[in-house]
Amino acid sequence: MIRTLPRSPLYITGYRIYILLFYIFLIMPLITICVLAFNDSNFIALPWMGFSLDWFFANTDERLGLFKDPDLLLSVWTSLQTGFLVALFSTIVGTIAALLFENEKFRLKGLLYFLALSPLVIPGVVLGISILLSATNAGIYLEETFGIDIEILAPSFWLVVIGQFSFCSTFVMLLVGARLKKFDPVLEEAALSLRATKLQVIWLITIPFLRSAIIGAFVVAFLISFSNFNTTIFLVGSDPTLPVDLYSRIKFSSTPVLNAVSFMIVSFITLSAMVNFAMNRNRE
Amino acid sequence: MSYVLEIKNVTKKFGDFKAVDSVSFNVEDGGFFSILGGSGCGKTTLLRMISGFEEVTHGDLLVRGKSMEAIPPERRPVNIIFQNLALFPMMNVEKNVAFGLQRQRLPKKEVNTRVEEMLERVGLTGFEKKKVTELSGGQRQRVAIARSLVLNPSILLLDEPLGALDRKLREHMKIELKMLQKEIGTTFIYITHDQSEALVMSDRVAVMNQGRFEQIDTPKNLYKNPKTSFVAGFVGESNEFDVTGYADGILTTKHGYKLNKPDLDFQPKKLFMRPEAFILNPTEELEDIELIEMKVKTILFDGSNTKISATIKQSQDEVLIALPQNAQFEDLQEGDDVQAGIHYDDIKCYRD
Amino acid sequence: MKKTSSTFYLLLIPVLLWLIVLIVVPHMDLMFKSFRLETDEGNMIFSLNNYLTFFQDEIYWLTFVKTALYSIFVTFLAFVVTFPVAFYLTKVIGKQYSGFMTLLLLIPIWIGELVTVYGWMILLRDNGVINNFLMKIGLINSPIEMLFTNFSMTIGLLYMSMLFMIVPMMSALDSLDDSLIEAASDLGASKWTIFRQIIIPYTTPGIVSGGIIVFMLVIGDFVAPNILGGKSSLWFTEQIYNKFLASFNWEEGAAFGFLLLLLSSIIIWVALKLTGQKLERVGS
Repeated sequence: MIRTLPRSPLYITGYRIYILLFYIFLIMPLITICVLAFNDSNFIALPWMGFSLDWFFANTDERLGLFKDPDLLLSVWTSLQTGFLVALFSTIVGTIAALLFENEKFRLKGLLYFLALSPLVIPGVVLGISILLSATNAGIYLEETFGIDIEILAPSFWLVVIGQFSFCSTFVMLLVGARLKKFDPVLEEAALSLRATKLQVIWLITIPFLRSAIIGAFVVAFLISFSNFNTTIFLVGSDPTLPVDLYSRIKFSSTPVLNAVSFMIVSFITLSAMVNFAMNRNRE
Repeated sequence: MSYVLEIKNVTKKFGDFKAVDSVSFNVEDGGFFSILGGSGCGKTTLLRMISGFEEVTHGDLLVRGKSMEAIPPERRPVNIIFQNLALFPMMNVEKNVAFGLQRQRLPKKEVNTRVEEMLERVGLTGFEKKKVTELSGGQRQRVAIARSLVLNPSILLLDEPLGALDRKLREHMKIELKMLQKEIGTTFIYITHDQSEALVMSDRVAVMNQGRFEQIDTPKNLYKNPKTSFVAGFVGESNEFDVTGYADGILTTKHGYKLNKPDLDFQPKKLFMRPEAFILNPTEELEDIELIEMKVKTILFDGSNTKISATIKQSQDEVLIALPQNAQFEDLQEGDDVQAGIHYDDIKCYRD
Repeated sequence: MKKTSSTFYLLLIPVLLWLIVLIVVPHMDLMFKSFRLETDEGNMIFSLNNYLTFFQDEIYWLTFVKTALYSIFVTFLAFVVTFPVAFYLTKVIGKQYSGFMTLLLLIPIWIGELVTVYGWMILLRDNGVINNFLMKIGLINSPIEMLFTNFSMTIGLLYMSMLFMIVPMMSALDSLDDSLIEAASDLGASKWTIFRQIIIPYTTPGIVSGGIIVFMLVIGDFVAPNILGGKSSLWFTEQIYNKFLASFNWEEGAAFGFLLLLLSSIIIWVALKLTGQKLERVGS
């Protein structure tokens, strides 16, 4: 219970042990693969055969390190590009949606808002197959009726971007919207009384206020896109994203390079999180 | 004399900081006792120690002669009304008030009867099924009080409960609380920073400053005979002067004005005179009075609380004097000369 | 109100496009597709066949029931495991530590399901870390088969869901003022009573909204059951995956997808009724 209620030492210690066990459970899988990324072995698991950087840099017949594996590097690059584009588009549309729902009143608002929230509860699988279906239908229709062949409507890089964009926008909308709720409408009214147009008010007053939320939402959208699998798997074409590539390797041809990739991901995310945290702390 | 609460040399330290510094006092059963002090003086900490939510660092706390040291809050015969009332938002009025009784596993019928009675006492009959979030500030107050009083505690602790109310409601509640306490007879221990609350409602008041009690007394005595300069300055209004010297029954103030003040047996450093202690233009021959020549500078009209700001001619010190709103002073103007008289006894002097 | 300005339309149109083109239309396509059947001549006719297949073929609806029950179980488990942690982070330790410890909780979400599930795979293998450890300290003589079982699948699902469960619960607990707990204690309540009568009722909306998100995530998950589960742990989402990417029976796949959506929504609706919550309250 809270500190001001008397608690027995047994209770306090027991509670702390539970929390410790929980965090160990949390960290276990991540630490394991990070450590094994440096294992001098041809197998992904134990036994430990010594320290080696092979799985990052080697280029032999037996071992292909992460940085020397062109296919793997390509999927990383694909994920990065996809992530950036998805983040860009969904930040724009999500912010517009936040502004729309927060500031405007119109008849179908409730229904539209419900639709905008739906990607949160619709399983990623369903989102994926539905977009695949629509795109294929559209592609077939256009080809049969007009004879044009639009590549992006078949499983491809851009279809992935479109598909991920559809639900990342929802997250952006929620994140920016939360910040927008704290915006004092008086500021907008003041600007309007000083002869600014509504558009200028949004651009010069509201958006700068939302700046940190927008940047945060951009990063979140990027991360969601980067790690997404359930929806992306149905939409990938010939260039897989990293999660898709990892999946097929895990299933069919696993080498410890997977550990190396995981290590890179884990360290990058952890480092950025720490940096972000430290920066926020300094600001306070 | 049996005391319902005995506090013996109670100290509370947070690290090196003494929030409560060796405080001792006793509270008689059935009275209304207040602890008055500014923020950070330690009164809330003291209250939380009595209720069991803070551990006592040194000293002992006894309720009806029994030490509370090892007893957790849920088993003390003491109930507390929190500053934010802490009404349970997911329960209606009835369930809130019944909560404590249900913990004692009393039969349903008895619980319902007692809840009804208490609600009637606080004037909330008919409100049983209302959600607490729908009530007004004053109504929520009364639910909080009912919830605690229904358990017949030996002591009811109140932590600045009137702070969130607007002025008129506050005045009304002060009287209601006082009457409720008299009617029910439970000992109330009330903490506040508002001296008007403490003075109006209490049988006895303790003035607290920096973890210590400066004076414990009846409201009237606190007001008329403050024992320390802190109390003199905190309770009621006062004109405060620094004293630079005292010899042969004459006080010298900082700006050079000399006052008669016989029979002091120490060297005072501070002097206090209340605005309402002054007698303007005294006509009769009064004994033991110091007369001061002043000039009226400003009249501050505030209904019955009207004061004038006057300058002592000889030293240019400014003094606030209460101006009675009767026909005698109707023609008083700014710039007029007045003579202010004050009894020697009303010139309060302190060592620091 | 002011008459609708051009700004309004500027905001509305992108949002409308997003929602209609990428959410409404695809799901309608999904629905239509699910009612289609390819005849022997290669024509598409309206048919309930796909849905009938689901109900008639034991393996399909049994798999779904199993998936649904497991999902409910995992959701419940996630609640039980994470509630003490959420309480600890919001009520027991001070703000200076809780920020950092909360951050640690969010890191696995950003790392992504694929890497974390892979990490569990390494841990639970026959020659994985856990088995090695248990053998080293002499508890067991030969490796326990932990991978490719319901157990390993549950661990993977639990790991992912606890992270999403904890955030809504923390936010609900944060808004619970300490003085409510103290007041209950002052009125004679034991710690257990406080938990049951004050804390749980107050945080129920947060728990339910967390539960809904987790349930939908788990029931629609593909990675954990596929990689960590064995032959016997069939997961309904895998069926959809197969229909679309392996057997190319998009009509049946669409029907299954739609059924997933429909049936899980029904389960959530029932759960809301049971706990007496309203959708609007939980939605916030």
